[in-house]
Amino acid sequence: MVYPTLATFALAFSDWDGVSPRWNWVGLENFARLFRDPVFYQALGNNLIWVAVFLLLPTSAGLALAYLLNHPVPGERFLKVSFYLPLVLSPAVVAVVWSWIYHPQQGLLNALLAAVLKGLAALGLQVDPEAAYRIGWLGDPKLALAAILGAACWRQVGYVMLLYLAGLKTVDPQVVEAALVDGATGWTLFRRIIFPLLAPITVIVVVVSTVDSLRSFDLVYVMTRGGPFHSSEVLANYMYLSAFHDYRMGYAAAIAVVLFAITFVPIAFFLWRAVKEEVKEEG
Amino acid sequence: MKVRLSPFVVGLLWAAALLWLFPLVGAFLVSLRTLDDLTLRGFWSWPREITLDNYVQAWAEAGISRYLLNSFIITLPSLFGILVLSSMAAYALVRFRFRLALPIFLLFLGFNMVPFQMLMLPVFRLANQLGVYDTYLAPILFHTAFQLGFATFVLRNFMRTIPTSLFESAVVDGAGEWTIWRRIALPLMLPGLAAIATLEFTWIFNDFLWGLVLLSRDELKPITTGLANLKGQYIADWPLIVAGSLLATLPTLIVFFGLQRYFIQGLTLGATKE
Repeated sequence: MVYPTLATFALAFSDWDGVSPRWNWVGLENFARLFRDPVFYQALGNNLIWVAVFLLLPTSAGLALAYLLNHPVPGERFLKVSFYLPLVLSPAVVAVVWSWIYHPQQGLLNALLAAVLKGLAALGLQVDPEAAYRIGWLGDPKLALAAILGAACWRQVGYVMLLYLAGLKTVDPQVVEAALVDGATGWTLFRRIIFPLLAPITVIVVVVSTVDSLRSFDLVYVMTRGGPFHSSEVLANYMYLSAFHDYRMGYAAAIAVVLFAITFVPIAFFLWRAVKEEVKEEG
Repeated sequence: MKVRLSPFVVGLLWAAALLWLFPLVGAFLVSLRTLDDLTLRGFWSWPREITLDNYVQAWAEAGISRYLLNSFIITLPSLFGILVLSSMAAYALVRFRFRLALPIFLLFLGFNMVPFQMLMLPVFRLANQLGVYDTYLAPILFHTAFQLGFATFVLRNFMRTIPTSLFESAVVDGAGEWTIWRRIALPLMLPGLAAIATLEFTWIFNDFLWGLVLLSRDELKPITTGLANLKGQYIADWPLIVAGSLLATLPTLIVFFGLQRYFIQGLTLGATKE
């Protein structure tokens, strides 16, 4: 994996088209073009939105679920499996199934909305249930990114929940009992005792969420190919399209370099921690 | 913690879980209906008839059976390669003290998180140069290479729990490294190997990117890429497409429900040290 990474960096300074055996060294031209490309900024912005959403929604939902499911709950196993089942599915399958869910006429979501609107209409409100079928989740530039993120979060929540469940197992019950004796309950107990004890897991969750959101490709590619009008574009998808649809490998490599530069931050942080731990263990 | 949750919270949890399953349940329901039935009467109508036609058609005509077979042809050899190589690498990393042990380990760990798309251009070129582009061998080789990092990382943590005295006494008894790896390390790593096998099966089977980049002939494509094709081809026939997707998930679901414990162990082994 070291070789392809280095090779990507080299390609970023070339004008290779992916087919011809030779190419020219073009210096920083690809980067110069990239930084003038509005689509690049759209993709970058969307990637950042993706990171923000991933750091916020699946993490807090996953933590809440793990915390609650760490209590004795009737049907605990069923509940856990329901939440992490989507994780087992291929992102490509998730993308296809959610494309159906978002389909304007045949899809699940609009059918659901129409049923709700019908209920409201029955209560005497002035709403048109048929209006629901006119929402094009993946076809509307204003909605496409959010729609894809919805599917992505659906898949991610279970992962965070599993990580936190594993973390909660390592929490010393004696510490919790001592806190209970001292009168800490509910929210205080969670905020002051349990959450700080989960800090090592939280670091992992943050790194994993950031890296996963920067990696996002399958869902975008299968659901919208970045469209409509690049509204749901992300770097990985833009890179794929540049390389294999426009045959601008050098340009795609330049996008890859930017993507790598961004991902490197959380990865470096994670590695730095791993080294610290190793050194500690070696004593 | 013996604190019980209030019935209200338990109710909320159940509602959330059912909501979470709803996309899959909905997909299953729609896969049993005909397109006409769905378009004429809508999702909420009571279906006039329940049919397995969508599954039959997806399996045979739309080529799901072929794509599934391809996925197995790609996944199983990759899995075998990963297990053999990573168990050797993990053994070496723990057993021998050498200066490069930590850098190599960090390399495995770090590159495991790099976005794979970043690598697709050189890999595409390399596959062409090796003459394996558009053959089963291409995804098999690259899956094996790229998944080694994670597998080695997990197995290394596993190996470290084995007391070194065990290896030392084996050496005293005259066992070579090869024998120690095969007779002592491998059996002791078995739970770790099971976790990795389950997880890697799921990941490789679910891979989309390499099937897309390294294969162009339709008859070689794995189920994930094949499914994306299907979506383009049968663009309006959602019951059929959804039936195909559900068929595509069957192998991973079977592995998952059979070996759930190892799957979860593997995911969290990478993250926490017990």
